[in-house]
Amino acid sequence: MGTNQNVLGLVFASIHDEAIYDLTKLRTMGSVPFGGRYRLIDFPLSNFVNSGISQVGVITKRNYGSLLDHVGSGREWDLARKKGGLHLLPPYSHTGSSMYHGRLDALGNAWSFVEHSSAEYVVLTNCDIVTNIDYRPAVEVHIASGADITAVYAKGYYDHLTGAAATIFGIGGDGFVNDVMIDPPMTGSCNLGLDMFVMSKDFLRRIVKESMSRNRTSLRKHILLDRSANYKILAYEHTGYYSKIDSLASFFNANLDLLDAAKRDALFRKAAPIFTKTKDNAPVRFGLESHIKNSLIADGCIIEGKVENCVLFRGVRIGKGSVVRDSIITQDTVIGARCSIRNVITDKNVQIADERQLTGSAGYPLFIGKGAEI
Amino acid sequence: MYIKKEVVAMLLAGGQGSRLYALTHDMAKPAVPFGGKYRLIDFPLSNCTNSGIDTVGVLTQYQPLVLNDYIGNGQPWDLDKMNGGVHVLPPYESNSGASWYEGTANAIYQNISFIERYDPEYVVVLGGDHIYKMDYAKMVDYHKKMKADLTIAVLDVPRSEASRMGIMICDDQMRVTDFEEKPKEPRSTLASMGIYVFTWAKLKKYLIENENANTGSKDFGKDIIPSMLNNGERLFAYTFEGYWKDVGTLDSLWDANMDLLAPSQPLDLYDKEWRIYSRHNNLPPQYIGETAEIENAMITEGSVIHGKVDTSVIFGGVTVEEGATVRYSIVMPGTVIKKGATVEYAIVGEDCVVGEGAHIGRSPEEYHGEGKEWSIAVTGHNITISAGKEVLPKQILSESI
Repeated sequence: MGTNQNVLGLVFASIHDEAIYDLTKLRTMGSVPFGGRYRLIDFPLSNFVNSGISQVGVITKRNYGSLLDHVGSGREWDLARKKGGLHLLPPYSHTGSSMYHGRLDALGNAWSFVEHSSAEYVVLTNCDIVTNIDYRPAVEVHIASGADITAVYAKGYYDHLTGAAATIFGIGGDGFVNDVMIDPPMTGSCNLGLDMFVMSKDFLRRIVKESMSRNRTSLRKHILLDRSANYKILAYEHTGYYSKIDSLASFFNANLDLLDAAKRDALFRKAAPIFTKTKDNAPVRFGLESHIKNSLIADGCIIEGKVENCVLFRGVRIGKGSVVRDSIITQDTVIGARCSIRNVITDKNVQIADERQLTGSAGYPLFIGKGAEI
Repeated sequence: MYIKKEVVAMLLAGGQGSRLYALTHDMAKPAVPFGGKYRLIDFPLSNCTNSGIDTVGVLTQYQPLVLNDYIGNGQPWDLDKMNGGVHVLPPYESNSGASWYEGTANAIYQNISFIERYDPEYVVVLGGDHIYKMDYAKMVDYHKKMKADLTIAVLDVPRSEASRMGIMICDDQMRVTDFEEKPKEPRSTLASMGIYVFTWAKLKKYLIENENANTGSKDFGKDIIPSMLNNGERLFAYTFEGYWKDVGTLDSLWDANMDLLAPSQPLDLYDKEWRIYSRHNNLPPQYIGETAEIENAMITEGSVIHGKVDTSVIFGGVTVEEGATVRYSIVMPGTVIKKGATVEYAIVGEDCVVGEGAHIGRSPEEYHGEGKEWSIAVTGHNITISAGKEVLPKQILSESI
């Protein structure tokens, strides 16, 4: 892992919170649980660290208590550093800063942090794309190309009925973006923006200051979509596996995607691990009558029933005779005996009594809120 | 300038662990994996933290690389302290010359200056090869209440086991009147657990006297405790009730792992009030495949299971391929069990490869007959067992076959 001291990483931890309202009611996008033992912010933080970026700012908005608790000093990502390291940037954290609306005014609020960084380049990302990406080649092509902005995209499929907050790029033969659309009324294969950008700090300063002077707040609307300024936007293709969390159904499917070995191996690479807060749970204990198929199971679970096609987070209990299928069961959920559960998402600390039957559908999973007792 | 600490713990981690053979070939005994995601040293270190003891010296000598790397700055056990914390203490060269640790007492003697920096009232001396959860603070309280010079933790064991252990003979106030190492005819069933609380001033005096007497053994059991007894010092036994297991042998290591799967759960690792901490590898959750059959098992992060696992402890990053069977066994981190292989009544070390159709161990029911003595089969670390090869019960494999 080489160091990339010339690059600052900025994570927007609260962008698109509204897309998965159920899960962000009590938290923010970055602290949404994912994949058995992770929170969404683990992916951008680990990607930065694995790309040698050790100066990181996390820009938050609301409900960031759980996020603060999760990232702490940044030690788990090796970001508790004297030089650089992790900095949390909530609204109102600097004199004159206030609640922001878009990424541009969020950057305006946090500008003194960005300005004081020694970095010449900045990588920006949200938390709603789950992927394992090395930013080093993106920064290299950005510098070599002389682009104002390098936008990371992936070949993807867009359906205007289900996808929310999608940025679609038209890309010319020279590799530069020649068209930008937001949530277009179309369906099909496209170049889907991953909301990750590389810019020089000088360019970012310019657009942030200019936008603030004109009360323009949105990076997407006022910089990408507004083609009048003629910014040179280079498209950088990310070919690795990714999933976009833009609805409860996509959250559900992105978790179940991890049951596929190829996708799991693409996301959890030995050479570029995904770091997270450790919880010191004991290994999973499988009881005498347990029966497990095709499931991802985090430590601390005690399973005495039947589990198929599920992702179980840390500390889940499943009682004797219960059957849990096609479900995402998050941290410390306790399911009693002889229950039948299918197509369900439980948030943290849900308690389900004996003999309960809960069923959602694959397209519309049943969501059970944090701490519910059923 | 260090702030005074009432209690400092000294953990004896230098032992070679020769009775664990292949597993301690290139790592110190306290670094041996246990219970799915732990190493033996996690138990005393976690007990220290949970007991409020935040200053721990770990005395290392034999093959310390894995152990040193594992302990690191002590952060996983909350022992990365501004003042105190965990300190790895290898033998060193002083102006009077360099010397290895010659015995348990000598190891502490050589680190008197480390202990003195904290000016402690009491020193807790611990071993690194026992599995148990114990509140040392309660034992220190007892030591104070009894105005003891030395308190020895004891376990009331069945008489049949007493002759294999160090036995304390006590009066009705629990004052130790005599002490016997592995007696043929035990006069008591109170066995020493190798956990001592000393009043530091007394211990220091005896360590210096023992060093000057140059007995040759320089050992707590052989020298320090007998001389304290002879001199009429106040020695008390502190009875511990709960699970405690010496895992100094391959059989007892296997047994202790199997205890984790016992329905009565003699050792609860899920107790949030007394967590056992360990250093973590950042592996994703385990994946259990379509063809897997799992019953009565403990399995941890990073493992991928497509085969059959019954009554076994599977460590992190282990792969059990389709058609492979693991039963009544312990499979240590990073090992791959290939298609059609069988591992039963066995311990398989770290980063091994068990080839297709290979067979390690046999059940005691199946393996009997003339000249056949059954015991578990063991392979060391980083060993490849080629396809179709067999490792018999009681066999201890240290090289690839």
